[in-house]
Amino acid sequence: MENRPLEYDYTVAKMFMFTTVVLGIVGMLVGVILAFQLAYPEVNTILGEGLAEYTNFSRLRPLHTDAVIFGFTFSGIWATWYYVGQRVLKVSMAESALLMFLGKLHFWLYLVGVAAVVVSLLMGITTSKEYAEFEWPIDIAIVVVWVIWGLGLFGLIGIRREKSLYISIWYYIATFLGIAMLYLFNNMEIPTMLATNAAGESGIGAWYHSVSMYSGTNDALVQWWYGHNAVAFGFTVPIVAMIYYFLPKESGQAIYSYKLSLLSFWGLMFVYLWAGGHHLLYSTVPDWMQTMGSIFSVILILPSWGSAINMLLTMKGEWQQVAASPLIKFMVLGSTFYMFSTLEGPIQAIKSVNAIAHFTDWIVGHVHDGVLGWVGFMIMAALFHMAPRVFKREIYSKSLMATQFWIQTLGVVLYFTSMWIAGITQGMMWRAHDEFGNLAYSFIDTVTVLHPYYTIRGVGGLLYLVGFLMFAYNMYKTMSARPVEESELQSASPMGA
Amino acid sequence: MGIAEYQAYGYFGLTAFLVFALYSYIYHLYSTDKKDGGHDYENYSNIALNDDISDAPVSPISDDKEK
Ligand code: HEM
Repeated sequence: MENRPLEYDYTVAKMFMFTTVVLGIVGMLVGVILAFQLAYPEVNTILGEGLAEYTNFSRLRPLHTDAVIFGFTFSGIWATWYYVGQRVLKVSMAESALLMFLGKLHFWLYLVGVAAVVVSLLMGITTSKEYAEFEWPIDIAIVVVWVIWGLGLFGLIGIRREKSLYISIWYYIATFLGIAMLYLFNNMEIPTMLATNAAGESGIGAWYHSVSMYSGTNDALVQWWYGHNAVAFGFTVPIVAMIYYFLPKESGQAIYSYKLSLLSFWGLMFVYLWAGGHHLLYSTVPDWMQTMGSIFSVILILPSWGSAINMLLTMKGEWQQVAASPLIKFMVLGSTFYMFSTLEGPIQAIKSVNAIAHFTDWIVGHVHDGVLGWVGFMIMAALFHMAPRVFKREIYSKSLMATQFWIQTLGVVLYFTSMWIAGITQGMMWRAHDEFGNLAYSFIDTVTVLHPYYTIRGVGGLLYLVGFLMFAYNMYKTMSARPVEESELQSASPMGA
Repeated sequence: MGIAEYQAYGYFGLTAFLVFALYSYIYHLYSTDKKDGGHDYENYSNIALNDDISDAPVSPISDDKEK
């Protein structure tokens, strides 16, 4: 600590950058396998009948969703938090041994949690609630990890030099609070060893099993209030935090309207929490709740577009940067895909549209234009921007980055277009009937028709994965690329040919 | 009046309240912008642009730390 000038300390950010890349590869690889399983069922037994238990679709699907959400995305959120947080609060983690310790503890406990999740999901241990599959011991571990992050987050805010909290910080705080509330309520569960069944027997099932405290319609309601808002506070809020920092910083442009960013923030907070009902249209949930879900989903376009347009306008007069820099391309396309999926979602939430869309592949298409085009692009862009600064080296290859951009964009387009066609075809075929009300098609008829589109989706996903591997390679090589001076890092990131 | 009407009125009221609150917020943002004692909101963008540890904070937490 002698006389060295104070510097930001990126130790923890680097750790989470590493898991972002590794868990991204794992999660997307599993996604590609799933996609080909749907097109070619033989892939379910690709490692032989003996291992089919571990390689079949149903075992792998939660592994995919949880690896990309809680692995890739949350690692990305934390990598950027431990980077952006220090910078906009103008305080270094090196200034507090306690915060440094909490940061590292956060990372290592998280890693233990990840390992427990992977093993238990592969073993088929699950509560069978989507995105909340973990049994109670893991839930408790996750809460501990979350609280440690919270202590670090508010601790850093507590010792800041910058009085005003930059807009990104608001979004990180909202992520923390939102997920904390959602996760606790949805995972209320009772270990079966403490429960007694109707016949009076107790101590049923393995020690790690539990039953939800909710049942029936209530369970569905709480689950989709959680599920939808996990999208809100995992895939939207923290990613908006990223773009509000990284796009202005990389382009050297001030946010087009800071006031609009504040307004959109509160708009998003007000509206998002009410929209989850759109997952339960035409179910046993009270009718008014369904209508409320639809209407709030439509209103949600406003705050979403408020942020997205604000970002695009930030580039006003600077569009040549989009052509010149692949890094800016990732962010501008990310923002565009954000607008796109926040328009598509509300359309799907309209009751009459939902009557066709529900349970079809169109929903899966919607999910992935958001997560691939927006979440994935933004996290990769953030890591690209951070790499030269945390490693003090230029990005290894600009052309590799540009190639990756085009390959992945093609991948995303193939993914969502094929799922649109597949989904709408499915929806129409399921509903078609003759004049007496007899269904016109059996389920297998739809499967036959959809086969080519499933293959296209698989290819699109594979392209995205290939692009992600190029990203991983570029990051890896950056660690040994040409060192750069501090002054080169002001705004646009230095990149090698 | 049955439950459906209560719901409808409640729902209308809630939406109206949200609209009112958000418009008031817009008004608040614009009316306090740059006034004495108010905030220069657009200047806050510089928190990200000038974020080196040696840069002066845009609004320092206390005067004695100000450069
Ligand atoms: C290489 C890229 C990817 C491929 C090929 C892929 C493929 C798939 C497949 C085949 C499914 C199952 C669909 C079904 O059950 O019919 C799925 C579900 C899902 N994936 Fe991906 N995925 C990819 C990347 C991602 C990423 C990066 C994220 C998030 C950050 C993500 C989030 C999800 C979610 C949330 C679901 C559940 C959708 C639902 O229940 O409607 N995926 N994915």
